[in-house]
Amino acid sequence: MHRNPYIPHSEKDVEEMLKAIGISSVEDLFADLPSEMNSDLNIPDAKDEYSVYRDLKTLANRNINLNEMAVFRGGGIYPHLIPSVVYALATRHEFLTAYTPYQAEVSQGTLQLLFEFQTLISELTGLEVANSSLYDGASALAEAALMSVKVNRKEKVLVCESIHPEYRDVTRTYCYGQNIEVDTFGYDKETGQVDLEDLKNKLNEEVSAVAVGYPNFLGVIEDLKEIKSVLPKGILLISVVNPIALSILEPPGNLGVDIAVGEGQPLGNLPNMGGPGFGLFASRKEYIRKMPGRIIGETVDLDGNTAYAMVLQTREQHIRRDKATSNICSNQALNALVATVYMSVLGREGLVEVGRRCFDKAHYIQERMKTMDGLHPVFSGPFFHEFVVQFDGDLEKINKKLLEHKILGPLSLSRFYPELENCGLLCTTEAVPNEDIEFFIARMEEIL
Amino acid sequence: MMKFTKEHEWIEAKGDEGKIGISDYAQDQLGDIVYIELPDKGKKLKRGDVLCTIESVKAANDIYSPVSGEITEINDGLDSKPELINEDAEGKGWIVEIKLSDSSELDDLMTEEEYRKFAKEEG
Amino acid sequence: MTIFERSSDGRSAYTLPDEDSHGFALEDCLPEHLLRKDKADLPECSELDVVRHFTELAEKNHSVDKGFYPLGSCTMKYNPKLNEKTSSLEGFAYLHPYQPTSTLQGSLELMFRLEKLLCEITGMDSYSLQPAAGAHGELAGMLIVKKHFEKLNDTGRTRVIVPDSAHGTNPASAVMAGYEIVEVESSSEGIVDLDGLDDLLKEDVAAIMLTNPNTLGLFEKHICEIARRAHEKGILLYYDGANLNAIMGKIKPGEMGFDIVHLNLHKTFSTPHGMGGPGSGPVGVKESLADLLPVPRIVEGDGEYTLSEDYPDTIGRMRSFYGNFGVLVRAYTYISLMGSQGLRLASEMAVLNANYLKSLLSKMIPEGYPGICKHEFVLDGGKLVTDYKIKTLDLAKRLLDYGVHPPTIYFPLIVNEALMIEPPETESKETLDGYSEIVKKILQETKDDPEMVKSAPHTVGTRRLNEALASRQLKTRWKKEKAT
Repeated sequence: MHRNPYIPHSEKDVEEMLKAIGISSVEDLFADLPSEMNSDLNIPDAKDEYSVYRDLKTLANRNINLNEMAVFRGGGIYPHLIPSVVYALATRHEFLTAYTPYQAEVSQGTLQLLFEFQTLISELTGLEVANSSLYDGASALAEAALMSVKVNRKEKVLVCESIHPEYRDVTRTYCYGQNIEVDTFGYDKETGQVDLEDLKNKLNEEVSAVAVGYPNFLGVIEDLKEIKSVLPKGILLISVVNPIALSILEPPGNLGVDIAVGEGQPLGNLPNMGGPGFGLFASRKEYIRKMPGRIIGETVDLDGNTAYAMVLQTREQHIRRDKATSNICSNQALNALVATVYMSVLGREGLVEVGRRCFDKAHYIQERMKTMDGLHPVFSGPFFHEFVVQFDGDLEKINKKLLEHKILGPLSLSRFYPELENCGLLCTTEAVPNEDIEFFIARMEEIL
Repeated sequence: MMKFTKEHEWIEAKGDEGKIGISDYAQDQLGDIVYIELPDKGKKLKRGDVLCTIESVKAANDIYSPVSGEITEINDGLDSKPELINEDAEGKGWIVEIKLSDSSELDDLMTEEEYRKFAKEEG
Repeated sequence: MTIFERSSDGRSAYTLPDEDSHGFALEDCLPEHLLRKDKADLPECSELDVVRHFTELAEKNHSVDKGFYPLGSCTMKYNPKLNEKTSSLEGFAYLHPYQPTSTLQGSLELMFRLEKLLCEITGMDSYSLQPAAGAHGELAGMLIVKKHFEKLNDTGRTRVIVPDSAHGTNPASAVMAGYEIVEVESSSEGIVDLDGLDDLLKEDVAAIMLTNPNTLGLFEKHICEIARRAHEKGILLYYDGANLNAIMGKIKPGEMGFDIVHLNLHKTFSTPHGMGGPGSGPVGVKESLADLLPVPRIVEGDGEYTLSEDYPDTIGRMRSFYGNFGVLVRAYTYISLMGSQGLRLASEMAVLNANYLKSLLSKMIPEGYPGICKHEFVLDGGKLVTDYKIKTLDLAKRLLDYGVHPPTIYFPLIVNEALMIEPPETESKETLDGYSEIVKKILQETKDDPEMVKSAPHTVGTRRLNEALASRQLKTRWKKEKAT
């Protein structure tokens, strides 16, 4: 038997165990498998950990990572500064190698931190109940759409075209299963906000929910209160939020939103090439029984001490099976933990300061661009840390030149929006130092 | 007079009006009840239709209507205090009142004596 | 104590770079009605406050690194530490999904290689690594089923067959894809009843979802016959990969006749469970279904990797971007460490462990089904009730006092007071012997001090919870006590 650091069995162990079972060889354990089949694994032999590390490091080095560039790209994943303490705590084995808190008495750490997480998401969104996370922002929007259908028993959702294109795709995929119709409505070409007339025209008896961004994918902050005011009673308003923007924006729950969803990655999570992050999901309390995903609640133990437990499990697949509110079984607990530690470190003032800096830097760049030749900002609506600029020249070429200067330039939008040719979505966060901004502007001036 | 079903629902009928709940035996089997998804007033049901769903911590059980008819009243108290069913299943823990569309359906149900014996054997 | 109660106004644990503002104040640039009036009430702590808090929480958790964790169907194997080191390499963790693919070649190559490895391990032809978890992979798989029949203009197939022993996600996923569920009963042997299945194989069936070995830990030995009969009627066969850890290098789902597979990288391929996620649930298919996989797909040409969405028959996107990439790096690391021999050995030793522990425990608690099992097994807790006057739950809670995790309990639903036990290959004989000794002790305790067992746990810091209260009061967030 060959040695393996992760499998402890010695030959003597195996012999003794086989004897206890009453069989003579390991092969006897598989005697009921069809024998005529090819089971060979044509994959490389085992390697020592140093060789594997070297191989992986070689692959990693073939990428250009964000720390090697000045980054002006967002579009759903946002690099922020992450205090060292966040991952120092979140990578502890007690968090990393535990599973779903099925045995609450030895999972109070998990349960309490998810309860705290729910509280923080509830605070940010201004909605009473948050679940303990879904896979990502896109699937969270899809789940919100399905939930609205369960609440209203109507089978159509309206999604604004200014919502992240991938989120719209995922919503369509989820709705395809149950033949729920997903229709879109436009954005105002001037402001970048919801085209209210188009929305009104598409509202009818069949609509269960309307989804808009806050800010939307084009960076523009919607007027949620106004949108809510055109919705007939009963139609749910869903907003896709950026949690960092909620540090400074009026919470959606205060503006008539019924369900808030979003990508939680900006809250202290590494960008990880887009995953894992987590989907945040909050709603009004009256809909709690239709919510997808795990929810933690406070209770007491036999001694009367405060303790935490999974609640409303009767919504979930392991109990309700084919009648469950969703098939989701796991959550992104570890990423929710990262967000919880991050928000605990930043605190009330710190998160606002992060929001202010993102806002200040992005507005500064836009201001500088107003005086530059060869480009102009596209939308007049208010924005947070991301905005669209149209270039006179070919954006792909401009971005290539920027990359030569180790700048990750604005995200080209034409693949998502044919009408936005040579338009780029430009983003800054507090993680972009002022000197990188000046460097970027100087290079832009040269290139254009 | 109370009549019972094999699925452990009871009905107490006077004329064409009846009150429906689940038996004490049934509540004991379900354990701590945490929520009842009540039907709407005015809902029309056929015998055997799902009347409501009762949830304990780790199970959700459909409760079936013992008779056909229209729901005239629901026990609002269960909304805030579902444990009423645990405390007094065959009294304060009633679930709905119903206007029977066919009183003869009652004849097919078990008498209290028959039911207690049935429940005992099942346990 | 919650983090909110640790908070003290005026403390802070953060610093930000010392640099000048450009003077774009929110109040000047945004309309007032958009501005947040009350700051989100986040806690105000020092860094040490935060560290103490989360350290305290960490210490309340059981974890694989701390002790035996034989949860059935969860494959709680040890996760090599190298996984964490490679996945946190700057060149992987600090990547933006919308970087030009020319700057992501290392990642795309890793994903491409991982797809090929999973194909080889499972006998499938193509994979998408996009689904974020097992259930997500199942949904992708069932949508592929739907799309497949739509392409064939075969509109009459409205039902999916699921065994009564199946994971709850199977029926839930099929319903999300628009199907009705038909349950097929297990035979007295604990496997799919062939005659019962035959009666259900009608024109209105789209797919059969199976896991093999099944949740009872038993190999569905008629699998080839099931596949033949299903395919004869045009029905697709779906493989729930939750139990793949039993058969690596022994048999492949693709060889058994499965058309669609999802895997749980966090189970079989040792990426950490993270308290419930992130996981990863790649979905694999046979060639004829490859064009239906989620997009984008990774395409290789002349050693250059790109992302393509040019698949008109795709079911679409399952999530944003490319999947839980960080988890994929870990799985790739693990497979590299294990190699072909290592993976086979893992399955062999997992099955050996299960049979050995079953031989020890079934002397005390009857096995649900006799004979050789695969990587997990189910005990029938009925005897606990009749002979020891406790429930399975009581045994589970008392196990906690001994520093070990109980099995999965009350699942599968078809076994009374079920205990479902999966001792993965990373656990030693001594650990299994120890677990058996603990069970023996507890059974003795039920005679000596039954109340103590029934009120366990006693030593883990938290006693049994009032779960009914939790569900009745639905307090799902912390709130400041109102000043009195």
